[in-house]
Amino acid sequence: FYLTPPQVNSILKANEYSFKVPEFDGKNVSSVLGFDSNQLPANAPIEDRRSAATCLQTRGMLLGVFDGHAGCACAQAVSERLFYYIAVSLLPHETLLEIENAVENGRALLPILQWHKHPNDYFSKEASKLYFNSLRTYWQELIDLNSGETTDVREALINAFKRLDNDISLEAQVGDPNSFLNYLVLQVAFSGSTACVAHVDGVDLHIANTGDSRAMLGVQEEDGSWSAVNLSYDHNAQNEHEVERVKMEHPKSEEKNLVKQDRLLGLLMPFRAFGDVKFKWSIELQKRVVESGPDQLNDNEYTKFIPPNYHTPPYLTAEPEVIHHKLRPQDKFLVLATDGLWETMHRQDVARIVGEYLTGVHHQQPIAVGGYKVTLGQMHGLLTERRARISSVFEDQNAATHLIRHAVGNNEFGTVDHERLSKMLSLPEELARMYRDDITIIVVQFNSHVIGAY
Amino acid sequence: AARMFLRLLSDIQWRAAHPKWRRMTSSQRSTSTAAEPHPVSLPAQAQVVICGGGIMGTSVAYHLSKMGWKDIVLLEQGRLAAGTTRFCAGIVSTARPVSIERKMAHYSNKLYQQLEQETGVQTGYTKTGSISLAQTQDRLISLKRIASSLNVMGIPCEIISPKKVLQLHPLINIHDLVGAMHVPEDALVSSANVSLALATAASRNGVQIHERTSVSHVTIQKGRVTGVETDRGRIQCEYFVNCAGQWAYELGHSGEEPVHIPVHACEHFYLLTHPLQEPLSSNLPTVVDPDGRIYIRNWQGGILSGGFEKNPKPLFTEGRNQLEIQNLQEDWDHFGPLLSALLRRMPGLEALQIMQLVNCPESFTPDMRCIMGESPTARGYFVLAGMNSAGLSYGGGAGKYLAEWIVNGYPSENVWPLDLKRFGTLQSSRTFLRHRVMEVMPLMCDLKVPRWDFQTGRQLRTSPLYDRLDAQGARWMEKHGFERVKYFVPPGSDLLDLDHSKTFYKPDWFDIVGSEVKCCKEAVCVIDMSSFTKFEISSTGDQALESLQYLFSNDLDVPVGHVVHTGMLNEKGGYENDCSIARLSKRSFFMISPTDQQVHCWAWLKNRLPDDNNLVLEDVTWKYTALNLIGPRAVDVLSELSYAPMTAEHFPSLFCKEMSVGYANGIRVMSITHTGEPGFVLYIPIEYALHVYNEVMNMGQKYGIRNAGYYALRSLRIEKFFAFWGQDLDAFTTPMECGREFQVKLDKGIEFLGQEVLLEQKQNGVYKRFTMFILEDHDTDMDLWPWWGEPIFRNGRYVGKTTSSAYSYTLERHVCLGFVHHFDEETGEELVVTTDFINQGEYEIDIAGQRFQAKAKLYPFSSLFTQRRRKDEVELSGYQRE
Repeated sequence: FYLTPPQVNSILKANEYSFKVPEFDGKNVSSVLGFDSNQLPANAPIEDRRSAATCLQTRGMLLGVFDGHAGCACAQAVSERLFYYIAVSLLPHETLLEIENAVENGRALLPILQWHKHPNDYFSKEASKLYFNSLRTYWQELIDLNSGETTDVREALINAFKRLDNDISLEAQVGDPNSFLNYLVLQVAFSGSTACVAHVDGVDLHIANTGDSRAMLGVQEEDGSWSAVNLSYDHNAQNEHEVERVKMEHPKSEEKNLVKQDRLLGLLMPFRAFGDVKFKWSIELQKRVVESGPDQLNDNEYTKFIPPNYHTPPYLTAEPEVIHHKLRPQDKFLVLATDGLWETMHRQDVARIVGEYLTGVHHQQPIAVGGYKVTLGQMHGLLTERRARISSVFEDQNAATHLIRHAVGNNEFGTVDHERLSKMLSLPEELARMYRDDITIIVVQFNSHVIGAY
Repeated sequence: AARMFLRLLSDIQWRAAHPKWRRMTSSQRSTSTAAEPHPVSLPAQAQVVICGGGIMGTSVAYHLSKMGWKDIVLLEQGRLAAGTTRFCAGIVSTARPVSIERKMAHYSNKLYQQLEQETGVQTGYTKTGSISLAQTQDRLISLKRIASSLNVMGIPCEIISPKKVLQLHPLINIHDLVGAMHVPEDALVSSANVSLALATAASRNGVQIHERTSVSHVTIQKGRVTGVETDRGRIQCEYFVNCAGQWAYELGHSGEEPVHIPVHACEHFYLLTHPLQEPLSSNLPTVVDPDGRIYIRNWQGGILSGGFEKNPKPLFTEGRNQLEIQNLQEDWDHFGPLLSALLRRMPGLEALQIMQLVNCPESFTPDMRCIMGESPTARGYFVLAGMNSAGLSYGGGAGKYLAEWIVNGYPSENVWPLDLKRFGTLQSSRTFLRHRVMEVMPLMCDLKVPRWDFQTGRQLRTSPLYDRLDAQGARWMEKHGFERVKYFVPPGSDLLDLDHSKTFYKPDWFDIVGSEVKCCKEAVCVIDMSSFTKFEISSTGDQALESLQYLFSNDLDVPVGHVVHTGMLNEKGGYENDCSIARLSKRSFFMISPTDQQVHCWAWLKNRLPDDNNLVLEDVTWKYTALNLIGPRAVDVLSELSYAPMTAEHFPSLFCKEMSVGYANGIRVMSITHTGEPGFVLYIPIEYALHVYNEVMNMGQKYGIRNAGYYALRSLRIEKFFAFWGQDLDAFTTPMECGREFQVKLDKGIEFLGQEVLLEQKQNGVYKRFTMFILEDHDTDMDLWPWWGEPIFRNGRYVGKTTSSAYSYTLERHVCLGFVHHFDEETGEELVVTTDFINQGEYEIDIAGQRFQAKAKLYPFSSLFTQRRRKDEVELSGYQRE
């Protein structure tokens, strides 16, 4: 069984999406030129989600990737809701009042976000009312709390993350008269999701990260080469600070049981996440909710299962770690991606592949014969291989697609091997998850001219 | 590695051989690299200053000094024989497509061969021969055309089979070849050493050579060169020769009055290898594989191979900049396709070890031909540059012609195809040049079929009717930047098909042009001929008439309103221009010349008209749109539009009158058509162009009017034996030689340029004769079509070449025009060509090696055409013109 190059392309390109920031008067005044995003599923259905939106009442753009686990419900909910929470957190008092008044009086609401969505990125219609009410409660509280201070982006991000997770938890505890919605909010709460979100406003780049997705900045050095700068820390067992944090939050007696086999309580890979109430609620609460919940929930072995050594919940938080970075002209792009990418590619390679793709120049080291003994035949082989590498660049109109092609198809020489690509993409559903994870990538391209002018 | 290579390619022996010159420059030059003191100061003045110490500059110096001029200074900004000359691949090849280029290469080859003996400088000259390979039948045809031309020049040349190729060069893979051309006398030589040898000889003849001296600009006063400013002071001079290669454009623009030299550099790569295990013989022929875009020569037991890629890298667009030629990078990825072609051609070289990839920029010109001659704006400012990577092949011949030009005022051959004055300022746009050379460089290897056009730098000069004509299916070609219609594709034709077929055989537009010709013969056609050069010459008194009478051979003292066809002849009676001049009033004239005359004719007149404020010469080309109404019904269309009688009594042939056409008044109407057919040319002030065109087309409808293009015009004029300047006529052709004695008034009472020669020819006869040939056994559908440049054989002996050809739809035969010479059978001496000599021969035309019988005629088929016309007249309601 063998996929032809066009078949491979149609699989790779099925979920690709590109957005270019519109130009005004022939000029793009934003520090963001646009972004490319794409997803390649390994799970069926895919558990990753992605979001991108422009804030309409404040400046800035939001982009995020969400890696769901134990189903996709939580990731879906977070991908729909988180940006509203962030946007609301950033709104000045007057705007909040204006919005509240509009809702109160049944007037048209000021739009808060302009979404940039692939047709496959859906929003749940049924839950929108429920979600809206929770959000409204949030901004009403913000209005009441009016501190009079200008909103700090870092704080807004942290508040938004925590508040959304709190709302997810609350909605599951309260339940809903509508049985469908009731089941939905429980699914959302019992599944989990990481989130890696970027907020770009001018030269101010904030990354809020919860879990093990990653944000990476692509920097072009003076000599034209590419290097990678991490803008997030993975929240998992490989991160000593995270392990330390978890240990600090629980009694010494639990220490040896907290992290087992690189997993939280021996079960969960990310050390921070949305949802996952099994790691947050007390045993009593879990039992009560499951028992009073719908039958589907009761029959589910996973939801009924209580993690071992579960003494002092919560063990898990959705609070993000926020990194602020002032963009410089040499910062050319940002890659947000779920761990499916980072498992297969080193960030340095990601920086190089995307950088070369975006600049259109295949910045391969020029070949110099120098004092080496090279034959015409050897040189010919080398050049043919380099040409093949370049031609793969031109196949893709989307940097994220290009990156996925490399992530899945790269051979040991760092070039895309069509045969390998074909094999990896034609794996049957049940096997795919063993060879690769869902991959979701957003590549944001920065506008160096605008950044340089700041 | 680079250093070693340089030493290998150009041995330094010349220095030891020339103590005199060494003293003149520096005694420590070989050891010191820092700024050296200049032991010899520059002279304050010299007759000639040459800028550039490459092969061009040294060749000009060599030939000038050979011709007896001694007061010459050659300035080189770095070292002699540097730049492109140093990096040149060293191939001397006579297999060139253009006749004058073949002549230059042939001369160069002979010159280089004896240079070592003459100067004592080792040049490494080796006669290896060259093989040009054909992978396709079309390529083979183009090689056969070149072979025919080389053979009649006396250059041995043979079309050979792939098997024979293998015998000549055992490494060549012949499986994809259909044939090849072998030129056994082509050679290899070190171009740097050739340049040094030429410099040595020139220096011995008294030429002063100064290295490390750069010219900042040339001073020009009152249109004449007066001197040169250098970083070491000023030299007064009468003549300046710009041989600055890549920097010729910049140097031309450095002065207050720019001299436009349209050259642009592109990177050029070639590969050097270590020797083969069994080193290649230095006699192994050079291989040119144009379909693979590469050339391969033996080099130091290994090979040197370069090529002309499809995607060239232009450089120095912004002028001389940070990049020095020596610092250019090797670009293997860029060279990849050429390496593939090399290994395909010589698979046995896989294991051969690479020594170096050399990046050697070459300068290219807008039309693939080199640039020589005098600036149209600055007398005494000469140029030799833009060699399109064949500098070594042309160097000797080009230097010779330019030296002759400087010394005698004209070169010994027709170099119009290379003349700087074929370009105007428009070709000097850097954007134009950058785009055009990117097209030109790949063209070096592309197959050139008849009537190919450049694709870049188009739609620059257009008629105001361009869009109208384009919308009606016009297909365009370009001349001197001006878009001209070739023919009109009727609606419904397969456009794509038409645009993409390129052939040496019957072209796909055959029937389209045929119907346009038919319409010209039977009804009326409109051809937009706005591109023609138009001058007005007027004066307060008789100055205009007097000057023109001296500059033109026909009698211009005709009644007002008459049009005169006349040659603008040089001292040797040759055509510098062929034009139609209308006498607008007693004191003003309107002059129509070919499109590419705009710069040349202007310079010729400017240099020869008296410096008189009361005599005004104006270029009005841009002011008028010219519509040529050809055909028997043109008269009806015009008289209906003007309410003026246009019949022969009122508007005789060769007449000019301002009249109204439609609402537009002041339209200059002339009863000429440039084809021999009846009709008129309308010179329309451009703002009326669209109106008049619309009126003509509307009114013409009932007479069957249609648009036509230049291909129809060409067919008509060639079957009528009309010579065109630039194709048939040149500075080496006199009216006597092309049967135009009637356009010369030897007895007009005023001495005119060229008169003496014409008188002499009238008495003693001419040495060549313009002749019309009708191909007899040529099958239009199946046989190769003639183009131009085909050898003419009389009784089996070569007597000349064709200059243009076309299919005559009237005769239903191909017609070739060309010149017949009479070479003495024993001595080869040129003898007088008599009418009997022409008429009493059996003729054959050689098209790519195949000979076709041809009937020679000295006069057009008037009877045949008249007969047809009579027949037509019956049908077309008694039109009468003559």
